[in-house]
Amino acid sequence: MLLLNQIHKVFNEGTLDEKVALEDIDLKLQPGDFVTVIGSNGAGKSTLMNMISGVLTPDVGDVFIDDKKVTTMPEYKRSRLIGRVFQDPMAGTAPSMTIQENLAMAYCRNRRRTLVKGVTKKLRTTFQEALESLHLGLEDRLNAKVGLLSGGERQALSLLMATFTDPKILLLDEHTAALDPARAELITKLTGEIVEKTGLTTVMVTHNMQQALDLGNRLIMMDSGKIILEVDGEDKQNLTIEALLHEFQRIKGSKLNSDKALLG
Amino acid sequence: MGSALFGAVESGVIYAIMALGVYLSFRILDFPDLTVDGSFVTGAAIAAILIVNGTNPFFATLIAIGAGFLAGCVTGLLHTKGKINPLLSGILMMIALYSINLRIMGRSNVPLLNEESIFTKVEFIFSSLGIESLVNSIASAVGLGGITSTWSILISMLLLTAVIKILTDYFLKTQVGLALRATGDNKRMIRSFSANTDQLTILGLGISNALVALSGALIAQYSSFADVGMGIGMIIIGLASVIIGEAIFGTKTIAITTFAVIGGAIVYRLVVSLALRVDFLETGDMKLITAVIVIGALIFPQLIDGQKERNRKKRKRLQQTKLKENGGNEYASSKSDSQSV
Repeated sequence: MLLLNQIHKVFNEGTLDEKVALEDIDLKLQPGDFVTVIGSNGAGKSTLMNMISGVLTPDVGDVFIDDKKVTTMPEYKRSRLIGRVFQDPMAGTAPSMTIQENLAMAYCRNRRRTLVKGVTKKLRTTFQEALESLHLGLEDRLNAKVGLLSGGERQALSLLMATFTDPKILLLDEHTAALDPARAELITKLTGEIVEKTGLTTVMVTHNMQQALDLGNRLIMMDSGKIILEVDGEDKQNLTIEALLHEFQRIKGSKLNSDKALLG
Repeated sequence: MGSALFGAVESGVIYAIMALGVYLSFRILDFPDLTVDGSFVTGAAIAAILIVNGTNPFFATLIAIGAGFLAGCVTGLLHTKGKINPLLSGILMMIALYSINLRIMGRSNVPLLNEESIFTKVEFIFSSLGIESLVNSIASAVGLGGITSTWSILISMLLLTAVIKILTDYFLKTQVGLALRATGDNKRMIRSFSANTDQLTILGLGISNALVALSGALIAQYSSFADVGMGIGMIIIGLASVIIGEAIFGTKTIAITTFAVIGGAIVYRLVVSLALRVDFLETGDMKLITAVIVIGALIFPQLIDGQKERNRKKRKRLQQTKLKENGGNEYASSKSDSQSV
């Protein structure tokens, strides 16, 4: 479904600020895979997401979605295939527009926009049904401006907007990081429910180890632009935070040792 | 006095079309587009020069609309593809259009006296259908007789502006219109829903300047001349209309806001014509008056809100101190009172 083939990306090449953001990234997702991505700040998680969504293009390597090469396809075109939820609750919705207008825009994600009315009676019922699945009572506030919603409500709405038109790939970029623990838990729960129900192929970046363990069938750990650990299937089910931290230290440690050995 | 105010309302309705254009760029796209100063004249110049050369005024006005659309698109291209800052791309276009407008007209002023215009045609249609005399008799019945030589301009322009308003309202609710609004509201979001924000920005600026050019073409025919300097400060007049209208009529929905913009354009003209009746003010002071009106419209709502907030706090404080002064027993009794209620 999603294939990343030997992706390299360097920022500010040839200057003092040169930073290798991604180095030789290979990743293959089967339909229905749910991958959680963890790693410290600057590990390249966001760059990886931007590479998939088309905000950035790789220096070397290719991106395939559904066996189609999309490496140079501009972001807005690629968005037809990809649903996204951002970290910032403000980023995923248009604040001065109403809930139903926001949903109507999301509804057009994989359609050609025309001069037909955006919100029709029929769509309104569809929206209401979709909103009911969030259990936040938003279905009764279709005409409320999204700017009036709380961060958690907005993030739930973003999640719904990203998923209800059945994208090929769902990208979740630390989408619970800006919420209080209770809201974050709610969104995590919703994410699990929605992905399970729709069977979407999903990539989720998170700083929350527990969340990374609870959700998804695969886990990858990144560090300095590389994938340093991949855990799949049953191993992932049995993984604990301690084991994960231990593994992280082991890999980092051995790398340190080999660096030491190299430097003599 | 009466006929001066009538004239103000008449021209206000025509300028309202320009104000709607400014509303599209300034509020919907969040793009302060200075192209307006140039494209207004482009519309006037093209209509004037075509009419002088014998073109049907309706057709001439259509061409003017097209030219305005193109001018807006170029500004959009400069900003989106050329990555030039919005203000600067507008200013560049405004300067470029000044020369282009001179080229179109061939001189700095084209008079349209005794030429066929949309208004002479409409006036003819009105009087031959008997609408003119009908409206006139109604007007004299309510005491407005003799205020104007013809009602055709006001009525036809009210109709045209209303049609444009309704079309704008509808357009902003279509799938494309929603994406256009989101482009001004949250570009990143709408891009993630597969909208080409560059294209939408170009389209929006095109439509905006098409309306501005239409208004320019009509004003040229209304005042019987096109002048290369007639667009100076037009963006500020547009902003004044938008801001005054929003302050008076509110912004609850799109339909109310577009109505407010039209109302604002008329109110602006009325204020200017009243201001010009003050003895020591001259026609040349118009721009200064405009600036003062806009500054007033921007600052007064803030002052009023601030005063309201202060009054609210004052009331709250007074209540608190009263409670304290009344002291323990009474406080307790009032508490039990409120509980018993």
